[in-house]
Amino acid sequence: MSVPSVPPEPTTPSDPADAAASAQPEPLISEAAVNAAVDAALAAIAAAATTAALKLVRSEHAGESSPLSKLNALMRSVPGNQKAAAGKLVGQARGGVTKALTAREDEIGTAEAAARLLAETVDVTAAASAWKAGARHPISLLSERAADVFVAMGWEVAEGPELESEWFNFDGLNFDEDHPARAMQDTFFVEPTDAHLVLRTQTSPVQLRALLSRELPVYVVAPGRVFRTDELDATHTPVFHQIEGIAIDKGLTMAHLRGTLDHFVKALFGPEAKVRLRPNYFPFTEPSAELDVWHPTFKDGARWIEWGGCGMVHANVLRSAGIDPEVYSGFAFGVGVERAVMFRNDVKDMHDMVEGDIRFSQQYGMTV
Amino acid sequence: MRVPLSWLGEFVDLAPGTTPEDVHAALVSVGLEEEEIHRFEVSGPIVVGEVLEFVGEEQTNGKTINWCQVRVAPDGELAADGGPAVHGIICGAHNFAVGDKVVVTLPGASLPGPFPIAARKTYGHTSDGMIASARELGLGDEHDGILLLKNLGIDAPVGTDAIALLGLDDSAVEINVTPDRGYAFSIRGVAREYSHATGVAFRDPALALTVVAPVTRFPVTIDDQAPIRDRNGATVFVTRVVRGVDPTRPTPAWMIARLGLVGIRSISLVVDVTNYVMFELGQPLHGYDLDKLTGGIIVRRATAGEKFTTLDAVTRTLSVEDLLITDESGPIGLAGVMGGANTEISAQTVNVLVEAANFDPVSIARSARRHKLPSEASKRFERGVDPQVAAVAAARVVQLLVDLAGGTADDLGSVYNEAPASEPIRLPTGFVSGLIGLAYTGDEVRDALVDVGVSLVEADGDLQVTPPSWRPDLTDKWTLAEEVARIVGYDRIPSVLPIAPPGRGLTRTQTLRRTVAQTLAATGHTEVLTYPFVSEQANNLFGAGVAALGAVSAAEADSGAIAADGGAASAVPVSIPQMKVANPLDGEAPFLRTSMLPGLLQIAHRNRSRGLVDVAIYEQGLVFRPEAGVTYGTAVLPAGGERPSAEAEASLIAGIVPQPLLVGVVLVGNDVRHQPGLPAVAAGWQSALAAVQQVALATGVRIEVRQGRHPAMHPGRTAELFVTVPAATAAASTVSVGFAGELLPAVADDYDLPAVVAVAEINLGLVFAQAGGDLTVTPIRTMPAATQDLSLVVSASVPAAALRTAVAEGAGDLLEHIELVDDYRGAGVEPGQKSLTFALRFRGEERTLTAAEASAARLAGVAVAAERFGATLRE
Repeated sequence: MSVPSVPPEPTTPSDPADAAASAQPEPLISEAAVNAAVDAALAAIAAAATTAALKLVRSEHAGESSPLSKLNALMRSVPGNQKAAAGKLVGQARGGVTKALTAREDEIGTAEAAARLLAETVDVTAAASAWKAGARHPISLLSERAADVFVAMGWEVAEGPELESEWFNFDGLNFDEDHPARAMQDTFFVEPTDAHLVLRTQTSPVQLRALLSRELPVYVVAPGRVFRTDELDATHTPVFHQIEGIAIDKGLTMAHLRGTLDHFVKALFGPEAKVRLRPNYFPFTEPSAELDVWHPTFKDGARWIEWGGCGMVHANVLRSAGIDPEVYSGFAFGVGVERAVMFRNDVKDMHDMVEGDIRFSQQYGMTV
Repeated sequence: MRVPLSWLGEFVDLAPGTTPEDVHAALVSVGLEEEEIHRFEVSGPIVVGEVLEFVGEEQTNGKTINWCQVRVAPDGELAADGGPAVHGIICGAHNFAVGDKVVVTLPGASLPGPFPIAARKTYGHTSDGMIASARELGLGDEHDGILLLKNLGIDAPVGTDAIALLGLDDSAVEINVTPDRGYAFSIRGVAREYSHATGVAFRDPALALTVVAPVTRFPVTIDDQAPIRDRNGATVFVTRVVRGVDPTRPTPAWMIARLGLVGIRSISLVVDVTNYVMFELGQPLHGYDLDKLTGGIIVRRATAGEKFTTLDAVTRTLSVEDLLITDESGPIGLAGVMGGANTEISAQTVNVLVEAANFDPVSIARSARRHKLPSEASKRFERGVDPQVAAVAAARVVQLLVDLAGGTADDLGSVYNEAPASEPIRLPTGFVSGLIGLAYTGDEVRDALVDVGVSLVEADGDLQVTPPSWRPDLTDKWTLAEEVARIVGYDRIPSVLPIAPPGRGLTRTQTLRRTVAQTLAATGHTEVLTYPFVSEQANNLFGAGVAALGAVSAAEADSGAIAADGGAASAVPVSIPQMKVANPLDGEAPFLRTSMLPGLLQIAHRNRSRGLVDVAIYEQGLVFRPEAGVTYGTAVLPAGGERPSAEAEASLIAGIVPQPLLVGVVLVGNDVRHQPGLPAVAAGWQSALAAVQQVALATGVRIEVRQGRHPAMHPGRTAELFVTVPAATAAASTVSVGFAGELLPAVADDYDLPAVVAVAEINLGLVFAQAGGDLTVTPIRTMPAATQDLSLVVSASVPAAALRTAVAEGAGDLLEHIELVDDYRGAGVEPGQKSLTFALRFRGEERTLTAAEASAARLAGVAVAAERFGATLRE
């Protein structure tokens, strides 16, 4: 770094009055001296490359012992008639230097900050995390989404036990004790069997519980786990999940059933989803229908997929709950959650859903 | 039910080119769900051939095979495969003679298997095709030799297409018949449904026959002394006799083919005819060898312990509920289920008694289940057989035995018919439209009902509807509404969204369950869904819970002892009440879980075995916890179809085994994996408690942690979890809600897991019960805080939580927050002692605290800690 030249020390008169009295003397603060000091300062400022160097420059050219400060100190001796001009000259010079210092300070600061940040560059693809990846199971998530569709319509969510009385699972639902439908249900019984407790084969017992415990009208949906004695294979599991809905009110019709299902599948699968009803038989509904659902984005293409059963609640089920079928009517439906996950997300093997391999749920994260 | 198209076509007009898929589609639209399509899987050229000559050639293996010259096309013409009219064919069978007509599969043909036929070199000749056996054609089981057409009573010209000749070009659609439509277990019923679906005319085969009443009465007595559920066991019993049946007559090929398609093996002409008519009309039939009967027939219930040998040669011990067909010698048939060996039709039978009866569905269903003998007959009776078709079916059997077996219809027989007439149903005008939500016209309603076979009378503007005899399922106006909706078409039902009354949203429990699930997932745990089936040992080990063995008494907890008793006492599980599945799929795990952990541990192991080393999983679910000494269930169930009495309803509810909602958490491997700049953190007891903490945060319920014991758990690394239950009248109490910590290494080893397995289990129901409610919010103080650290030296057995509580209580209201920041043992601290450092934050309510005030509060905390645990300040 070049050391700026310092203007020659001006001779200090012993008495300002004497100086003023002397004729045509060299001005005490010469413009040349000031300009030289300013030039030297500006050159030094421009040459400073770091905050530290600039600090040194500030001390040398704007500090107490800097040429400009020394010139300024001479102001005391400047004769009164020259004070204004000299003051202006030195003041402007000092101002200019200070401004240049500030500007250069900002400049260097910005550059240094930028360099510092650049030096902090990391590989963002190698971020470590103290958080583990968790996930919900799609069966739970889809059940919750389905329930939410109904809750948004004013329905409520009802529940019941998984180990259930046969009365709620069969008798009260119009399964006569000798009805072939009762034998065709592959029911898990618990010991002793004459206690008539079974692992519920469907979420329908919740219908009855809701009707017995609530005031009419009733609009409830019941997601839950159900059990049948099917061995686990690619499309069956002995433990699976259903969503059951039941609405009992005055004047409910099968058109209301279709309307509800239309809304449900559109809300769950998208606005293009469609419902088809086909005649079928269930002990607890009459008329009964098989519920098929269609969507253009279903895996393996747009197609009708059998999804569940539905119908108008059987008069005997209403009677089982003490409801007069001549006054009230209603509809019910039940759909399989596993099946929906399968056709919605192309899950090809039931094993993936029941084995608890964390890689399965982690594909979903927290959203289905 | 399988329906051969050729058979269906006898009763409805199938448009030319109708495919099985078309038939399926039509039947599905009226509620007969489609299953598979069945075909013979044969393709030509397969032709009638005549054996011109053959030479037996002995082989080195001792067998003799025949080198045959077979004419497969008329002289001067090419064969169907383009080859010469006479083919040389190797044949290993010996049941034929020169001049016999046989079935020749020519090169290019394919038989079931698939088994493609080609000319091939064998036994020193080029065998230019194959002479087929019945089994090779898919036409039954006969494989004792080649199929001789004369044995089927067929003589067709050489070169005739044998596929059409034998009915092998037919195919059958299989449909799933719902339990209410027994009549669809017949070609007659399906044809009627096809007519409903397509509008083509239906020709009822039951009306095509003239039923001649028997002249001479064969004695039949119906004597049901023990009707089941007040229903007579037999309401119809028709017998007819055919004499002079030629037992050597073969079953015609078309009948064998149709029976094959419906899944029935051809046995003998008489048996085949009864089966054939059963499929045609839906009426199960039984043929007795008349000459083996002794006297007349009596239908009665079996006596207790009575024995009977059915025609499958099994001797069965009967129940008093079994309905029997008997003669003077004893039982000759288990009604509606299976006949007896003693009166079975045999190869010598010439005189046949045909039985066409209608039995009570319940009686037959119970017998079939009791003797594990589901049959084509019982399947139909269980679902209801048209009582008026019995006489027609018997007549049809007689007709076929006369036509095909050379028999003579005898005037001996009987007709017993006490079947109740169908009850008329009143169908109010507008009911169907009101239930379905579609404005049907009067004509639509009437036409649909007439279509299904009802008879209609107008009565006071309403309809009086009498269902046909084949529709016992039509019992009320709702069933009639379904018929109208179904026949007019479900696709016409409009879509109307009903407006439900305002709801209250999810309950607190439902919301909390989701919040807990979301929180655990968001904090790195993966939700899994396990089966609730476990072994008794697993239940005893895990389900006993802390309450049974590991409870550290309140006094013990207050005394501050961290007990590490070596686990000797706690490792012995007790036997706890639990529910057993009567018909489990897995005999190793027949019990219903009392804890979430056994299932989760299995899943953890499965993940580990697939190379996933860091596993953090959880499940929310119900467990099944019967209480000792309580009898669950209900011995007698109330009837359905009416509301149970208040007592009956209460007893049903009371009979349900308690099924609390739990969450279980299992962690194995690393909690934090080793990563750049981040050391690995192994999962352990602290991970389990962190999960518990997440549940506490999610629910807003404080879960207190105390040193605990559990038979499955590490004796020194187990926490018992408590919540405080406020009581209106008494002091608040604490309730144990679960446990957390590390498994006993031996238990972990039993599940093939590494030595350190962190687990937690919380009874969410008990936690949720304390959530929300009447929280009073503490006003937020905004004055500057004064923070101080505090290090106390205490016995190592003093729980940090207890010490923290003591300090907090002593420090009083100015202490805003206290947190354990260090646990130091070593130089400067006596052995058996530990130094616990707490960070304290003090804050005044309305002004800045002075250092002296904060220090005074801190020392007040020290004083209580000193008094309670002998704590000393570590300066």
